[in-house]
Amino acid sequence: MLKEIRILTDHGKQYIPDLRKQPVSERFRGRPVISEVITREEIEKVAAICPVNAIDRRNGSIDLGRCTFCNECALMLPGTIGFTNDYRIAASRRGDLVVMTGQTEVLRLDETAVRKEIRRLFRRSLKLRQVSAGGDNSCEMELAASCNVNFDLGRFGIEFVASPRHADGIVITGPVTENMSEALEICYKAVPSPKVIILVGTDSISGGLFEGSPALQRGFIDRHPVDLYVPGNPAHPLTFINGVMDLLGL
Amino acid sequence: MNHPSYIELKNGISPIMTTDVPVIEYDIFYEKVRELLIDKSNHCLSYYCYAFAGRLKFICCIADDNTGIIRLLSHEMRPDNTTLKALTPFCPSIHIFEREIHENHGVEFPGHPWLKPVRYPHDRADRMSVMDNYPFYEIESEELHEVGVGPIHAGVIEPGHFRFICNGEKVLHLEIQLGYQHRGIERLFVDKGDALQRCLLAENIAGDTAVGHGLAHAQLIESLAGIEVCEALQIERCIALEMERIAVHIGDTAALSGDVAYQLGQVTCEALRTMVINTTQFWCGNRFGKGLVRPGGSNYPLTEETAGEILKVLEEVERRYENVTGRIYTLPSVLGRFEDIGRVTRPQAESIGVVGMAARSCGIVRDIRRTHPFQYYRNFEINPVTLEAGDVLARGMLRALEVKASAGIIRALIDSWRKTEKSVGRPVYNYKLRPGSFAISLTEGWRGEICHTVVTDSEGNVLHYKVKDPSQHNWMALALAVRNQEISDFPVCNKSFNLSYCGHDL
Ligand code: SF4
Repeated sequence: MLKEIRILTDHGKQYIPDLRKQPVSERFRGRPVISEVITREEIEKVAAICPVNAIDRRNGSIDLGRCTFCNECALMLPGTIGFTNDYRIAASRRGDLVVMTGQTEVLRLDETAVRKEIRRLFRRSLKLRQVSAGGDNSCEMELAASCNVNFDLGRFGIEFVASPRHADGIVITGPVTENMSEALEICYKAVPSPKVIILVGTDSISGGLFEGSPALQRGFIDRHPVDLYVPGNPAHPLTFINGVMDLLGL
Repeated sequence: MNHPSYIELKNGISPIMTTDVPVIEYDIFYEKVRELLIDKSNHCLSYYCYAFAGRLKFICCIADDNTGIIRLLSHEMRPDNTTLKALTPFCPSIHIFEREIHENHGVEFPGHPWLKPVRYPHDRADRMSVMDNYPFYEIESEELHEVGVGPIHAGVIEPGHFRFICNGEKVLHLEIQLGYQHRGIERLFVDKGDALQRCLLAENIAGDTAVGHGLAHAQLIESLAGIEVCEALQIERCIALEMERIAVHIGDTAALSGDVAYQLGQVTCEALRTMVINTTQFWCGNRFGKGLVRPGGSNYPLTEETAGEILKVLEEVERRYENVTGRIYTLPSVLGRFEDIGRVTRPQAESIGVVGMAARSCGIVRDIRRTHPFQYYRNFEINPVTLEAGDVLARGMLRALEVKASAGIIRALIDSWRKTEKSVGRPVYNYKLRPGSFAISLTEGWRGEICHTVVTDSEGNVLHYKVKDPSQHNWMALALAVRNQEISDFPVCNKSFNLSYCGHDL
């Protein structure tokens, strides 16, 4: 017992008190800022190297639903494109993930786009079923980390549960493979209505790097309404947590 | 030096012309592979085939762990022939490769005892074979029952299906059906001509092994494009690889503790893992090291500041981890759940070709860092930690020992790094691959050996790309480990291996 107490004292307090303001490494790549003076040629140059067509050739905007946060565009045009370490980049509408040139203000989830019943029913307790459908296990590990001793998402009554029957919604990672598409559909059907869908990671939002792969079957994403998009490769636990907090109005 | 039936090469250094690979008759190939694999210091790294000029070209790479030599054997098959005598009955470790060849190209292997689907790839030979009609092994009996688990599991993990045949609580047989995670990675390596896209693909094969796979790919490209990397960069890559090993091993210790309800072990290890991956994030902006390894250079060269941070964090993590594992692995309530549970014996492991830490947990010295060294490990002797028991406890304790060893390796690497001249440049993306060539690249990820091979066409385009994650060998070990165990011990057995679904399914 004494040994346990010593280990615990040594362990100290690991819990992050304010999940809204927890600082992360300067090098962490969150919300990008693209200078409004970016030229046509510059846009053309970075759009040409972007591995996932996240940069719009017409206006130089970056779509965080496609971006893999590889940083190559910012390294090519330092001072013109840069990634801040602002991790609050989740959105409730797909279009809100597009960051325009000259846009410096923070991204905040559009309250009006949130379905009324979500806040009414799930504000105090949200149970989620996670489904990995071709995820590379990094988003899955970050979601598991969201519930660990540091991030402790459970403090808000938000939890991952084993059965879809106990869940209020599903959290999807991965680009949705053909081989997983049926199980995903069955799992979603097993969740009682009303239910929430959250997409975590670039792969699940747009297919990411795997877009167009003949091994995918993304029909599920097209057929069902999505409540929250959480970008990242993988999505940082703080991005996920803040996104869900915003969704629930916490 | 070359024996007429095969060609010899070494890890990552020497690409060869495909025309220099001797093509032998299958009968000779068959005898030669059998002869080589009888010697326990040899094991098969990869065996696959690809279609070229109307034929199937087969490539088999066999590693000699004593000499560091890789022997490449090759045979061809005309379209009018569709059967090959199976090697598996004599060399069980080949089973997974013959199954893969069968699934991808429809080649029949008479005599193969277990010619079952591997991952249901989108371009499989038989489209009638689907996830739903997997031919599970069955035993007719009134007393036995079956338990099916998955593809979706209780936790936040990847999908796979486990089918147990049980006698009461006891597991007689476990069959693991995979493929749910198949994203078509190998095909995308061919289709995506862009260097950066390929780097990202490699990093996303298995996100928990972004550095291991990323490095295997970078090495492969460098060898085929004739790119030399400086000593400083080689050291940095080894540091990143050891950081990855430490982080995952500590995370697995947390998971193992959690499974036997030893919360103290779980929460302390979770927090320690966070410290390690946050240090990786401090270095390159990503907790998993995505973006860190690139061919020819780096976007995040190691700095004195980062090196100092790594040393500082490691010291703290090492001390605390040692304290907590010292407790975990002496607690009777934990030992009761780990000791003599999920045992894989050394002869079993040798026969099915287990690799990496699972192999080292049952006494096999199999570690690419030592036997086929790459990057700075060439100048740096690694003495792999091994344990004998092969049970859950051994796999747990091996992690504790490896974390300590890796921390020591990182300190030594940083010492060497401080003495080297630092001329790490930007990554090279505009490379040209040598036409008509074959290259192989091995690394030792935290799970075990990773093997990437590539064949280029006459223009230097990627004609075929093959990835082997260590999980491909080790899933069978998990199936064997749970035999005659209580079904309730499955979770700890599973966690003790922590195999990759996506790395296997590709
Ligand atoms: S950081 Fe995003 S937008 Fe920039 S090149 Fe990479 S994927 Fe494209």
